[in-house]
Amino acid sequence: MTMQPGLRKYHSAVWDEPIVMEMGRPGRRGVVFGEPEQEVSSLVGSADELVPASMLRSERAQLPELSEHEVLRHYLHLSQEPLGMIGISLFGTCTMKYNPRVNELIATRPEITEIHPYQDEDSLQGILEILHGCDLMLRELSGMDQFSFQAGGGAHSAYANACLTRAYHAARGELGQRDQVVVTIQTHPCGPATAAAAGFEVVTLMLEENGYPSVEALKAAVSERTAALVVNNPDDMGIYNPQIKEWIDIVHDAGGLCFYDHANFNGVMGKIRARELGFDACMYMLHKSFGAPKGGLGPAVGAYGCTAELARFLPGPIVDFDGERYLLDSDRPDSMGKVREFWGNVPQVVKAYSWLRAMGAEGIHEARDLSVLANNYMEQRILSIPGVTRSNPENTHWRMEMTRYSLETLQQDTGVTAHDVQNRMVDFGIDAPWLSHEPWLVPEPITPEAGETWSKEELDYWVAVLEEVSREAYTNPEIVKTAPHNQAVHQLDDGHLEDPERWAMTWRAYTKKHAQVRSEEPVKIAD
Amino acid sequence: MALPGSSVHPYMPNSEPRTKQEMLDALGVSSVDELFEQIPADHRIEGDLDLPEALVSEVDLRRHLLQTLAKNETCEDVLSFLGGGCWQHHVPAICDEIAGRSEFLTNIWGTASSDHGRNQALFEFCSQIGELVNMDCVGLPVYSWGCASGHAIRMAARITGRREVLIPSSLDPERLSVIRTYCEPVETRNHIDVMMVDYDSDSGLIDLEDLADKLSPGVAAVYFENPSYLGLIEAQGAEIVQLARECGAEVIVGVDPISLGLLAAPVDYGADIAVGTIQPLGLHMNCGGGMGGFIATRDEERYARAYPTLLLSLCDTVEDGERAFAMTLLEQSSYDAREEANDWTGHTVHLWAIASAAYMALMGPEGFAELGSLIIRRSHYAARRIAELDGVRIAFPGGFFKEFVVNVDGTGKTVAHVNRGLRRHGIFGGHDLSKDFPALGQSALYCVTEVHTKDDVDRLVDALSEVTAP
Repeated sequence: MTMQPGLRKYHSAVWDEPIVMEMGRPGRRGVVFGEPEQEVSSLVGSADELVPASMLRSERAQLPELSEHEVLRHYLHLSQEPLGMIGISLFGTCTMKYNPRVNELIATRPEITEIHPYQDEDSLQGILEILHGCDLMLRELSGMDQFSFQAGGGAHSAYANACLTRAYHAARGELGQRDQVVVTIQTHPCGPATAAAAGFEVVTLMLEENGYPSVEALKAAVSERTAALVVNNPDDMGIYNPQIKEWIDIVHDAGGLCFYDHANFNGVMGKIRARELGFDACMYMLHKSFGAPKGGLGPAVGAYGCTAELARFLPGPIVDFDGERYLLDSDRPDSMGKVREFWGNVPQVVKAYSWLRAMGAEGIHEARDLSVLANNYMEQRILSIPGVTRSNPENTHWRMEMTRYSLETLQQDTGVTAHDVQNRMVDFGIDAPWLSHEPWLVPEPITPEAGETWSKEELDYWVAVLEEVSREAYTNPEIVKTAPHNQAVHQLDDGHLEDPERWAMTWRAYTKKHAQVRSEEPVKIAD
Repeated sequence: MALPGSSVHPYMPNSEPRTKQEMLDALGVSSVDELFEQIPADHRIEGDLDLPEALVSEVDLRRHLLQTLAKNETCEDVLSFLGGGCWQHHVPAICDEIAGRSEFLTNIWGTASSDHGRNQALFEFCSQIGELVNMDCVGLPVYSWGCASGHAIRMAARITGRREVLIPSSLDPERLSVIRTYCEPVETRNHIDVMMVDYDSDSGLIDLEDLADKLSPGVAAVYFENPSYLGLIEAQGAEIVQLARECGAEVIVGVDPISLGLLAAPVDYGADIAVGTIQPLGLHMNCGGGMGGFIATRDEERYARAYPTLLLSLCDTVEDGERAFAMTLLEQSSYDAREEANDWTGHTVHLWAIASAAYMALMGPEGFAELGSLIIRRSHYAARRIAELDGVRIAFPGGFFKEFVVNVDGTGKTVAHVNRGLRRHGIFGGHDLSKDFPALGQSALYCVTEVHTKDDVDRLVDALSEVTAP
């Protein structure tokens, strides 16, 4: 028996915080370093004499001047204004998951923070063991033979895949000919974007009945020009393409590679393996499915795994184990080259390793089951809310770990849009749910993802808030359209964001374009 | 009543059996398995997952992690002179405190209202980078310096419609590898030809004659760094810019922003695009995992519309006098434009950017000036002391900032040998350049920052003296 929870009284912190550039007083210091030792100064003289005259900075940077405590409190104030996971955030496709704080504390230790990638391997055995251990666990989950952690996010991993695809076809002398990457319209936008940035033409398949493109459409799209297929499965409507093995055979028969963007791994982990389905490579977001934090868009890791056949093309270095010690394999003549400097966002890999160790096989199964159970539990309740319908109604199966809904009916009945609903939900301490990537295939989309982190009571609360917003839309739509009312700031007046005369990506640009808003020029420090 | 096979896990509230049962009951299914009906039987894993035994207790997990990590030696235990793109600078405690705040750590993407504090911090990151480089348009961060360079070169190619880039041959091989990746192989449609410009063997600076020879109307951009990978202050900025201008090429300068309290900003000698790393700005080395990069330009549409990054603008709200921050030009990003976008964006290093914002606010103008002045004097002190040793030579003793090249050819020993000897003294010697730069002989790149005292340097010199002795 589900109890309807009461709605909380919530209001965001409102600090009306000045921009840091407006704060402080000339002469204040937040950090001091002092002068070098006497012997140093007497041997080398002044700094100005050590710099070619043409290269000396002539004016002080116009940065704010604040004491240490002022800086702390300013950023503490700002930290209190994002809502995110301090409230309830069911941001679909991103798997909002608890980030165990033991990992955060471990990651602040000097054994991680104060090590350098150019240290001798024998001084890095601990971190190499963890990277290798994470690699082995991901191999077990995916069936792949080797992982690289170099990519700094999911999109970056998709880019690494596009670059590896180049290297693979170049090694076979076919890169000139194989200039197309096939995606579906439900492939995350980073798939086609990174394929294009790597030099490929993109062929996009549209969805048909049941929510995925047909085998016939795929057959028509692949050819001797096909370099690779890039797909998510399940997609972010919660629909799993049951023909994926056939798809892979078709692309392989045409000579292309198959890449599995496993962004939506939470609902299938431990249930399927990318390699066993036939994929050549896959990618996991350690900051989504594997418990590392998102940091408001990074630092992140798109762990990229591939078959033994493709491993020689991976970016270096790769962590290896010779039975006694861990080593870095940097001698990789066939490598596609690097996608960023060094090894990757190492602390995030440690956090994912730790999360996997804390979960174990049983925990992985449980998290997957709970995330699919929770989504369907929510779905049943959400579909009883006036104005809300489900995407692809013809596909009547239980959805996977998320479901895409449409607020088209609500919008038609009341004029309240999905954006309005986002803006109103935050008034109840629920951060805005994900709508949909572009293009919107479902009108007025909304995509919550429950995951295993949130309690049933929290999920019930989320649904109750959506129910309340729907009720408001039908009885008092203005309150929804003018939302938020309980947030740090009000709705944007964003009509001028595209105007070069008005946009301002920095304070210096803003003060030039909006001179009247500034009461006094900051005091410039004389040399 | 516990369900068979279930156990309560501290990360999963609904693993409590009665909760789970209530959810199953609500759906009218007897088992979760029924919910996976979309996945055909022959897609499913057979058998159990072979993963290490779970460490569900935080007590066990923590012990395991600490025992494993204890096998590392750190740059706190060992006196380190390693640099080369990842440097040991002091990280003020406040940077860690702010980057560790749960609200910044765990959020993803709300509305302009529910993300307000995060967006303001990111705007302040861009604004303060803008002050350091004297440029008005700054994008949200990218993964690393090399990624910023790669994107900037592709921006220049889009802006000019040209397909060559000139790069000094003294460039960091790590970064060069990233740039080559971004410039695409010759077979693909948007290939950019990477042409290397020699450096002068005496000064280490760009060889202007070679640059002039290689410049042509096909060159989209000249890319160089200040300081260079070998630590040198490229004093010919204005001359390089002039040569590039004559060919209509864009000039991209990569900077280590920690130098900008002392050194001129790239735009002051004419650069069009400034890129660089943010690692020195309040981020720990993290074994190379503390990287982050930025891209900055003049605030002109020609540049703004070429950015691949997210761009955040100060704007108004419907409430009189209230300010907020919103993404602008989103239609050119991969989120909106898919394959028609300017390259791509996604998760990068926003949390690091917030730590860097706090760092720059702590530093202020005087902090950057004082730090630059301290670093350059300590590093020159180290170089001069090292140069006193028999057979040891500073390859480019002129204008360098915090890194310098130490050559040991005169000792008859290899860098590897010297570094092994230094390890016995509890010192990580400079990064061995002999493989990547054979022309420099047995040379190593030494890095000296504010964390190195005179006593540290003297200890290095004593150890080097012993290790390099015949």
